[in-house]
Amino acid sequence: MEFSYLSLIIFLPLAGALVIALTPGLSARLVRYIAAIFTLVPLVVSLVLFALFDRSSDAAGVMQFEEIMSWIPAIDANYHLGVDGLSLPLVLLTTLIGFLVVLISWKVGLRVRQYFAWLLLLETSILGVFCSLDLLLFFFFWEVEIIPMYFLIVIWGSGRKEYSAIKYVVYTLFGSALMLAGILSLYFATGSFNMIELSQGGLAMIQSILPIAPIFFLLLAGFAVKLPVFPFHTWLPDAHTDAPTAVSVVLAGTLIKMGGYGMIRICLGILPEVARDFAPLLLALAVVNVVYGAAVTLKQTDIKRLIAYSSISHMGFVLLGVFALGELSITGAGLQMFSHGIITGLLFAVAGIVMHNTGERTIGKLGGLAKQMPVVAAIFIIGSLGAMAVPSTSGFVAEVSVFLGAFSSDAVWGVRIFTAICLIGVILAAAYVLWLVQRVFFGPARGKFDGVADASKLEKAYCAVFVAVIFLVGIYPAILTDVLKTGIAPIANLFGG
Amino acid sequence: MEVISPSGPVWLIFLLPLIAFAVIFLLIKPLNKPKLASFISIIAVLGSLALSTWLLFSLLSSPEHELTVPSLNWLVVGGAINIQFGLILDSLTVVMLMVVTVVSLLVQIYSQGYMRGDPGYHRYFALMSLFTASMLGLVMASDLLVLFVFWELVGLCSYLLIGFWFQRPAAANAAKKAFIVTRFGDLGFLAAILVLFSQTGTLDIAQLHGLAAAGVLGGAVLTWVAIGIFLGAVGKSGQFPLHVWLPDAMEGPTPVSALIHAATMVAAGVFLVARMYPLFEHSPTALLTVATIGGVTAIFAATMAMVMTDIKRVLAYSTISQLGYMMLGLGVGGITIGIFHLFNHAFFKALLFLSAGSVNHATGTFDMRRMGGLKRIMPWTYATFLVASLSIVGIWPLAGFWSKEEILATSLESQPLLFYLALITVFLTAFYMFRIVFLTFGGQYRGDTKPHESSRVMVIPMVVLAVLAVGSGWVNVTGGFDQFLGHGEGHSFAQGFFGALAHPLAWLSQVFAAGGIFLAYAIYSARWLSAERIRRRFFPVYKLLSNKYWFDELYENILVRGILLNRFFAGLKFFDSRGVDGAVNRIADTVVTVGQTSRKVQTGQLQLYGMFIVLGILAIILAMYFTG
Repeated sequence: MEFSYLSLIIFLPLAGALVIALTPGLSARLVRYIAAIFTLVPLVVSLVLFALFDRSSDAAGVMQFEEIMSWIPAIDANYHLGVDGLSLPLVLLTTLIGFLVVLISWKVGLRVRQYFAWLLLLETSILGVFCSLDLLLFFFFWEVEIIPMYFLIVIWGSGRKEYSAIKYVVYTLFGSALMLAGILSLYFATGSFNMIELSQGGLAMIQSILPIAPIFFLLLAGFAVKLPVFPFHTWLPDAHTDAPTAVSVVLAGTLIKMGGYGMIRICLGILPEVARDFAPLLLALAVVNVVYGAAVTLKQTDIKRLIAYSSISHMGFVLLGVFALGELSITGAGLQMFSHGIITGLLFAVAGIVMHNTGERTIGKLGGLAKQMPVVAAIFIIGSLGAMAVPSTSGFVAEVSVFLGAFSSDAVWGVRIFTAICLIGVILAAAYVLWLVQRVFFGPARGKFDGVADASKLEKAYCAVFVAVIFLVGIYPAILTDVLKTGIAPIANLFGG
Repeated sequence: MEVISPSGPVWLIFLLPLIAFAVIFLLIKPLNKPKLASFISIIAVLGSLALSTWLLFSLLSSPEHELTVPSLNWLVVGGAINIQFGLILDSLTVVMLMVVTVVSLLVQIYSQGYMRGDPGYHRYFALMSLFTASMLGLVMASDLLVLFVFWELVGLCSYLLIGFWFQRPAAANAAKKAFIVTRFGDLGFLAAILVLFSQTGTLDIAQLHGLAAAGVLGGAVLTWVAIGIFLGAVGKSGQFPLHVWLPDAMEGPTPVSALIHAATMVAAGVFLVARMYPLFEHSPTALLTVATIGGVTAIFAATMAMVMTDIKRVLAYSTISQLGYMMLGLGVGGITIGIFHLFNHAFFKALLFLSAGSVNHATGTFDMRRMGGLKRIMPWTYATFLVASLSIVGIWPLAGFWSKEEILATSLESQPLLFYLALITVFLTAFYMFRIVFLTFGGQYRGDTKPHESSRVMVIPMVVLAVLAVGSGWVNVTGGFDQFLGHGEGHSFAQGFFGALAHPLAWLSQVFAAGGIFLAYAIYSARWLSAERIRRRFFPVYKLLSNKYWFDELYENILVRGILLNRFFAGLKFFDSRGVDGAVNRIADTVVTVGQTSRKVQTGQLQLYGMFIVLGILAIILAMYFTG
């Protein structure tokens, strides 16, 4: 068995969390450095994996860097890890964001040890979800994530943080309780937790007479809450609004991607027939997410809440791409998950700088900041260009792939109509993004913000990483599509390409 | 098709300005050397001009007037999509390359004077370079999706340059408006791309041309695709009813207006229709739509130009009107006719803007009511503006004459109604142009500053453009331009330098033009007629025109604010917070109440969390029990 790269990536942040939590007398400064190191190494290792990853057509549908150990023999549950072209970009995204949020949290001064311990545990749980090939293990990691999220929002948050934190927990538990029921039903029906077996064996493995459509919806529930899909979305703006900056970055950057990932890997990969039957319903919800999400975004007055609602609209494109069931459209959804993670992560990070430095978060009370904060303004504008899918940013290749793929997909009835309606989202995105930029950064400089600091060196550095990735993917999409296709082609083949 | 050798320099045509952008933005700006930034930008576009000229001669000597280069993979996903980044090197491309590089070069030289001392000097030249690169990429792209990429990028540069002075609310508003209004058009373009891709599986322009010619693409689908593409052009080229952004775009620096909002980017819509012409050709409905929108826009915009008091706004409406002429030319005639007017218009209109900028530099205003008498103070500016005005009006033998006559002649043959609109527009054009001339340069100075002629760095580019405004049309005096563009549909109107006057239509248009000039003279110079009295006499008309037919009111106040933002979207927001979220909160409250009454132990919501975990573990144990 080769070296356990994935275990290393997943558990290094946890190890860091334990070191921070258990070593007495650590200074805040040292805690930050430990956190940085224990997130930087997984990032480097996942970059190595990304480089080593076999992109050839032989690798289509093959799990790479697989690890398997018996976990609970009685029920044949295994500690089974592996990545393919679908999950590897998300692993890379998570380790990248995981490292950057440590830098973003550099200014956090309250209960520093506890803060970073939770933050690192959060990274471990998300990575575990993307790497698990055993449904029970998947569920385990999926549940672990709730605990650090709860404490991070409730202790380091702002505003109605208790309300938002508990809302987050209840929603997630509601979804995952149904998901667990789905996983168990699938297990009773097939006798397996092994995701590879399940996707390859298909429904032929079903030995009982359990109807499969309910299983599909039980599984979907957990993912739909997480993505989030209308009408299960209202936890997201609250969580974002009241969470500390770094948690918003993780939430938008990687956490909600667990929903899209689960839909592709489990709903499509394991239950393709049901997915095809109910695709029009989910496409209709995608339209609601895109258009309704954007319309509500236009009426927001709080800078973070606005970005949160824009996420709902952008996740609608993921839903559209996934349930259009075409190779290109699902690839587009994969691109969109990665791209949105970087772009919205950047927007939340910069919004955090603006809020921290000005002490103001209501859009109407901001204005003219491009004068006092030229660098912050420039970076925010670049993120905005990504959010409205301007070419040369990753947002464009992602959305245009979703559009082209969905519109030309012939796997689902009526997909063209749904896609055409989603085009409206593109205009609305331009409207809310440009309105936000104008209200916050343009117009006459305001005296009350004189002397407000621009981005610090550290802030410039981590923003530069986000910006570089946005343009790298936007200009050279092959860097992701070559990987994505090996994971997505076999799933798309289930629907006839 | 023959591969051009070496092919590297062809890529450099658009890469040079792109490199200049990156260098200025990343290296020069931190050094704070503004002069250096402008020189890098200018040298880059000079290089592009030299390479474009080389390409022009290579094309002239190749038999088909078309060459190619090996393309690069851009967006390739298995067998699902294959988007190639390649270049089309044909006569249409090279004509556009020459226009863009020449105007960009002259405008940037002029900008060294116009923008001197501006705190955003680096940013200005960086963005001008980025714009030039994007525009050059747009005209060379061989794939419709890649073309769309550059199409959006020029729009982005336009946004950033209109809002260059972002501290002015008017500029920030105008920038936003420009981007959003053009995006409405782009939606049509994108929809057309989606339909084309789903029907044919390719977006390669040459292949699409072939499919249209072979009839594989045809019928209603082709018509809708063509109209979708045209919608993109309507947005970009400020055609009715998406014209509203272009006059506001004048909030940007004047050289930006000259380059982007007069000569090149706004003409990209015309270029797009020309590039995709084989698709339009096979749909009479689409061609009629293009011609009608063009003809209507030409006269519609010209009427508004008559009453504006801001010199740049008059020129903006004039641009819209002239772009309408180009569309009309495309719709009734063909590529060569539309593009020929684009070619001439680029020079004289850029010159009009640069002269207006020169006037603004001297007087500190764009309001013509505070100008006057500048003829003696600014002789060079006056002379160049006059030449450009005569050219745009279409006076023989200046550049504008040659292309405008072709449009008039072909529309008379196929769409007589549109011909009359175009002919009246000749009269209106002459009137509003000479209204500017007399108000700005004639009479007495009415401002309160001390005007002066602009520096040489500004005047020299104006003089060069003036030469082009006189002579650019002569390339087609014997039909050479038509032959080069290669579709042989060149109208036989131009029978030599003097031969053109043998056609009665030429005289008709000269009479209409002279009439317009005379009316402007009578009102604004000789003052035989009182402008004030005319305004009062035709007050409803004046009100209609000066309020721009209330289109801004309709769009911004009624549709966007009144209906969408304040009613529909506000309603959705209310529904989201009270309906969707409210329902959830009510359920939660009920659960809590029930929980409190039934089990006194459970006092807080954290317990709920614990309860779920216990339930989960129970479920797992049950599962193990059942299967184990």
